[in-house]
Amino acid sequence: MLNIALPKGRLGETVYDMFEKAGYDCSQIHEKNRRLIFENTEKDICFFWVKPSDVNIYVERGAADIGVAGKDILLEYEPDVYELLDLGVGKCIMAEAARTGYVDQPQRTKRVATKFENIAREYYASIGRDIDIIHLNGSIELAPILGLSDVIVDIVETGTTLKENNLSVVEKIVDISARLIANKAAYEFKKDRITAIVNALKGEAAV
Amino acid sequence: MNFNNTVLKDEERIAFTLRELYTRYGFLQYKMSKFEEYDLYAKNRDFLVSDNIITFTDTNGRLMALKPDVTLSIVRNTKDIDGYVNKVFYNENVYRVSKGSHAFKEIMQTGLECIGDIDDYNIFETVLLAIKSLAAISGDFILNISHLDLISSVLEEAGLDEAGKRQALRLIANKNMHELRALLEKYKESSKRSAESVTRIFMLNGRPGEVISVLEEEGCAGQALEELKVLTGMLNAAGEGSRVIIDFSVVNNMNYYNGIVFKGYINRVPEAVLSGGRYDRLLEKMDKRSRAVGFAVYLDFLERFFENDLKYDVDAVIRYDDTTDRRMLFNAVQILMNKGMTVTAEKSIPEKLRFKEAFEMDDLGALREIRTDIKKA
Repeated sequence: MLNIALPKGRLGETVYDMFEKAGYDCSQIHEKNRRLIFENTEKDICFFWVKPSDVNIYVERGAADIGVAGKDILLEYEPDVYELLDLGVGKCIMAEAARTGYVDQPQRTKRVATKFENIAREYYASIGRDIDIIHLNGSIELAPILGLSDVIVDIVETGTTLKENNLSVVEKIVDISARLIANKAAYEFKKDRITAIVNALKGEAAV
Repeated sequence: MNFNNTVLKDEERIAFTLRELYTRYGFLQYKMSKFEEYDLYAKNRDFLVSDNIITFTDTNGRLMALKPDVTLSIVRNTKDIDGYVNKVFYNENVYRVSKGSHAFKEIMQTGLECIGDIDDYNIFETVLLAIKSLAAISGDFILNISHLDLISSVLEEAGLDEAGKRQALRLIANKNMHELRALLEKYKESSKRSAESVTRIFMLNGRPGEVISVLEEEGCAGQALEELKVLTGMLNAAGEGSRVIIDFSVVNNMNYYNGIVFKGYINRVPEAVLSGGRYDRLLEKMDKRSRAVGFAVYLDFLERFFENDLKYDVDAVIRYDDTTDRRMLFNAVQILMNKGMTVTAEKSIPEKLRFKEAFEMDDLGALREIRTDIKKA
């Protein structure tokens, strides 16, 4: 049985459709219920939905052989997994954003509010900027409005939320999209099946 | 001493098996203290798996560390002798931050090191012992072998500078060919090797014969390829090559490692259980002329691997009270023990104790089973 961890939510559904089109379907998944695990015994695969930021944990620890995680999660947690394919869906950017009209003050420590501490730390270290990280778990956009931080580092999809809160992107940090990841040990022992899935999904990937 | 093998925990049993294996190949056991001076690790932080170290101040004011690693101590205590190879193995607890929990953990680690005038025979023997170590744990294993000099030369042909190489190594380790392609694109001007060829090489994962012929097709040559050929050829000749796979995603830290490197996996264990390779660069950094090769086996996963959960805490319980004759009690314990059971005598049997059978003694010392349908596990 090949275990596949998918991120709960819209992205996960898009990705599941790609699996289905690639020939790895599991009809149970379309039933409306609260089940978390779906098996297709004939194809010998098993899908399950987990919180998007947990996919890397399931895969790294081998509960799932492969999974789909956003590049943001992979950059933030740096799990020891193979990243086999860019699925080209769930595209967005990781960016620094601030109140529209914001001017950087290099003489002061920059206060950065973010959910993505690791990504922010690495980015500012790479440009040699001294920062003070404020870790928030949600509604990051509020921070600069209330003066809690100078800027935010967050995912920007369409930019609507930013615009509605009078914020705008200052600098793009990195492109984000959904990636197919695999457990390193599982890859060794289930290489043929995993490679077959990668090749089938390549045809569906929207890169 | 004769003892029943079943009382050994799996990690102990494997540790004994490995000790026997290494001793037969002439390796000496290296015993070290739990502490080392912190300085040793501070100077070679990147060599360590995790850079968090438990430190404390010794009675004379020196800063000490609970050892996070064994190799550094062995290297420090090895003298350069021409034509000689110092062969040692160890079985020690090391103290590291566990990746999952971000807390310090005691990990039982076993491994061996060959330090000195290393040649292709020593490398073969080390890799052979790595294979035999994995086989001692489970028949279903794979040893991935890679060559850092070969990776390095392919990246140089692709025109990458030091910064580019560092990035590329991270991507190769993750088999992330889509981002590697984007990186190679940046160095296109200075490249003598196509991105197609580079990614083909780094996605290779297969039996040595097949991989080597692809490498030759791609125009790889030189000492690194020759070393891979000699090593895998010797392993095949020794009848131990069937579970060897060449895979270039094994990229140990190039500041310390060079040449042949390898990683071992066991089916159903989610991470590599064995890791090793040539590490001449560490010796250079520590001002030694010698070269070195070795590996470590992480035995902490064994606790979960064999799944032989205890059904019972003890086979038999004998319940006695203040009036019971103690000699007769001891006699009864011995009788059950001689039947091969584990036995405990208790005045009362606690709810949580799991046992197969419970007994009481009558006045003549005969055992009578107590009906404990509810209590039996």
